[in-house]
Amino acid sequence: MTGNLVEIRNLRVEATTDADRRVEIIKGVSLDIAEGEIVALIGESGSGKTTIAMTLMGYTRQGCAITGGEVHLAGVDMVKLSEAERAGIRGTRVAYVPQSAAAAFNPALTIMDQVIEVARIHKLMSTAEAQAKALSLFKALSLPEPETIGNRYPHQVSGGQLQRLAAAMALIGQPKVVIFDEPTTALDVTTQVEVLRAFKAVTAQHSIAGVYVSHDLAVVAQIADRIVVLKDGTVQETGTTSEILEEARHPYTRELLAAFRPKAQQRGPEHEDATDGHLLQVDNLTVGYGPRRRDGQPLISAVQAVSLKLDRGRNLGIIGESGCGKSTLARAIAGILPAHAGDIIFDGRELGKAGRGRTRNELRKIQIVFQHADTALNPAKSVEDILRRPLTFYHGMKGKARDARVSELLDLVHLPKSVRHRLPRELSGGQKQRVNFARALAAEPTLILCDEITSALDTVVAAAVVELLKELQRELGLSYIFISHDLSVVEAICDEIIVMYRGQKVEEITPNRLAAPQHPYTRLLFSSVPKLDPTWLDNLKQNAEEVRAYCHQ
Amino acid sequence: MRRQVTSLVVKRLLIALITLVIVSFAVFFATALLPGDTATILLGQSATPEAVEGLRKAMHLNDPAIIRFLRWMAGLVQGDFGTSYANNVPVANLIRGRFANTMMLAGLTASIAVPLALTLGITAAMWRGTLYDRIVTVATIGIISVPEFMIATLAVLLFAVYLKWLPALSFTNEVKSFYDLMRTYAMPVVTLTFGVSAQMIRMTRAAVVETLNTPYVEMALLKGASRPRLVLRHALPNALGPIVNSVALSLSYLLGGVIIVETIFNYPGIAKLMVDAVSTRDLPLIQTCAMIFCLGYLALITAADIIAVLSNPRLR
Repeated sequence: MTGNLVEIRNLRVEATTDADRRVEIIKGVSLDIAEGEIVALIGESGSGKTTIAMTLMGYTRQGCAITGGEVHLAGVDMVKLSEAERAGIRGTRVAYVPQSAAAAFNPALTIMDQVIEVARIHKLMSTAEAQAKALSLFKALSLPEPETIGNRYPHQVSGGQLQRLAAAMALIGQPKVVIFDEPTTALDVTTQVEVLRAFKAVTAQHSIAGVYVSHDLAVVAQIADRIVVLKDGTVQETGTTSEILEEARHPYTRELLAAFRPKAQQRGPEHEDATDGHLLQVDNLTVGYGPRRRDGQPLISAVQAVSLKLDRGRNLGIIGESGCGKSTLARAIAGILPAHAGDIIFDGRELGKAGRGRTRNELRKIQIVFQHADTALNPAKSVEDILRRPLTFYHGMKGKARDARVSELLDLVHLPKSVRHRLPRELSGGQKQRVNFARALAAEPTLILCDEITSALDTVVAAAVVELLKELQRELGLSYIFISHDLSVVEAICDEIIVMYRGQKVEEITPNRLAAPQHPYTRLLFSSVPKLDPTWLDNLKQNAEEVRAYCHQ
Repeated sequence: MRRQVTSLVVKRLLIALITLVIVSFAVFFATALLPGDTATILLGQSATPEAVEGLRKAMHLNDPAIIRFLRWMAGLVQGDFGTSYANNVPVANLIRGRFANTMMLAGLTASIAVPLALTLGITAAMWRGTLYDRIVTVATIGIISVPEFMIATLAVLLFAVYLKWLPALSFTNEVKSFYDLMRTYAMPVVTLTFGVSAQMIRMTRAAVVETLNTPYVEMALLKGASRPRLVLRHALPNALGPIVNSVALSLSYLLGGVIIVETIFNYPGIAKLMVDAVSTRDLPLIQTCAMIFCLGYLALITAADIIAVLSNPRLR
């Protein structure tokens, strides 16, 4: 046995599909982790990074099984152990920080009960000792009100806090290795900074080895010592963080890196003189949910008096954290959720607030593309049927002409004609999003509202989709409103950006002025976006007061 | 937080009360719709029209229905259930003994069926997919499919007729010792336990299995928790709502739906009293029995809802 804490040798994992076919999803992976070292597993979804990490605990999700290889953890082969022996190691020698702490905390038990459960299961220490230890961990993870936060229930604390509490839960048994399974993916960037800092400090302090699973290279660059690049269940490349970032050899790694590099957008000169007026003008739009109160305002208002302008052929980005009202704004512009007050003027004509108050032609000109293609596409209809419907609805097309147009549309979004007869579930995530987009194009709109359309996609795939959007804009003269919480995507495509915070527009900027935002929230948001530079997090200085004011602590 | 849960519970109780008023309305007018004139029935075919008219006046049968309803409601609230038409005894006296019998049978059955069903349901979920789970599942489906009278009749045939271990009929007034109690109640209780447990087992298993598939149970597994701990500590508290509801539904059946068992074993319970009352057109008795069933049902369902609210920290 050599000195490495973790040694995975030739690991093979098989999954059983719905059709009872057995598919190998991990194809002979080997990797090592030294004591106190943090190794990142990076790759797109389906590359097997979480599956590999979980085998460290001798665990596979339902339908999967380890079929070969060895997973040595401190000299013990987890594959050969019985379930009871594995249970003894889980929590004490290897622990897990889940992707969504909100789902991983039991809603019926207090936080403290769950954090110290490991100590209770393995009889590591008395309850009082465990609580004292939890308290010190809460402090180390810079959680607010560490003395009392444990008495609360999971629904009473925020997502970022839960994610740190999940780390406390993992660390209480003093494990040698901690598996971080995309622990910041579900968080807003401003919160992510805090959580990453806390993780980094705690792992360094206790010299804990870690496996950090992520698809975000910039995040990984901040925390990992070494990076393992995975694709289709095999290791593509392994190296120290700086090696991978600076001299990646494997083409896939380079592709991944390229997707991250900010692309300078070749913009046309800023033509301030809008000759034919604005394409879309929104004045003091207020949107909300629930019944109207007596003063005509909605019970819960999601968007408060937001105004914006968009010129023909140009793009507007809307960014902000989750819950800031950016999607609601798009839905109101599309007429799905009628606004309570304000005006929407499109192409020089005022639009009805609700979709049914608009003419079919007005509806046709504004199309919306939703974030989750999985739920936006009817699972029972083939791609062909999905695209035929808007063609018939808006253009009354039939027969051969319609079929020809379907082929054209697939061509436009770079999909092979062979997908025509497939069902959405037979397509990959990126392909589904392309179909979703082709459906909007079928209406021949002048404005497309893109609601977080790249958020569910892997970096490389998302970059390709953004490229496609730009290309289509050049060809068809479209305008986009691009909603995202990901600044880099918005930067890459938009001429102007609106920053929203709690239902209000706090700032309006052009990318040329990105460097000098005025509003403190915008400053915080922009500075929180991770950079590929591994020293970024350590050198990041944020105004503590601003952080306190705008992060939900 | 506290105030929120109080208001939830108060709201739930209020809904129960309103439901009860609506139900009493329905019960009163449904019985009033029964064919035949009460005075004529009481006095027989040969009564003179004058006598019938006199009786109608004495019984306030000529008053508008709504007045009679309000008078009946006022009586109910004061504990006056009216007088039986058939034998001129206060309904309360008729029901008292029968009600005690029904509660006795229901109580005995519940004390056996509920722990048994919960244990089987939870353990089946705990060892999901094993041989044990399959045996429990197949057995419960088998029992659900066999009608109650079939089980009861077979039990009588086996234990009373062939083996002669137990009396075929349950005479509760002969119970003198614990042994008598066992002999008298064995067959009805076992028959009812079969009927009500199957549903509870299935619901409990389903509710626990569903919560076992959640990320927080996976998290607990990755903390090294044993299977019993996963089920009892992590899954069960979150499955409590549906489980308590299915228990309440099954128990409410014991209060009013046991007519077949009472008839086969000739057990003097309240369901049998009601059926007898229907055949003699004894309206006050029918109404009171119906009200008791509804009240029991409502009380159980309301209790189940309140327990579900209290067990959920997000509502508490």
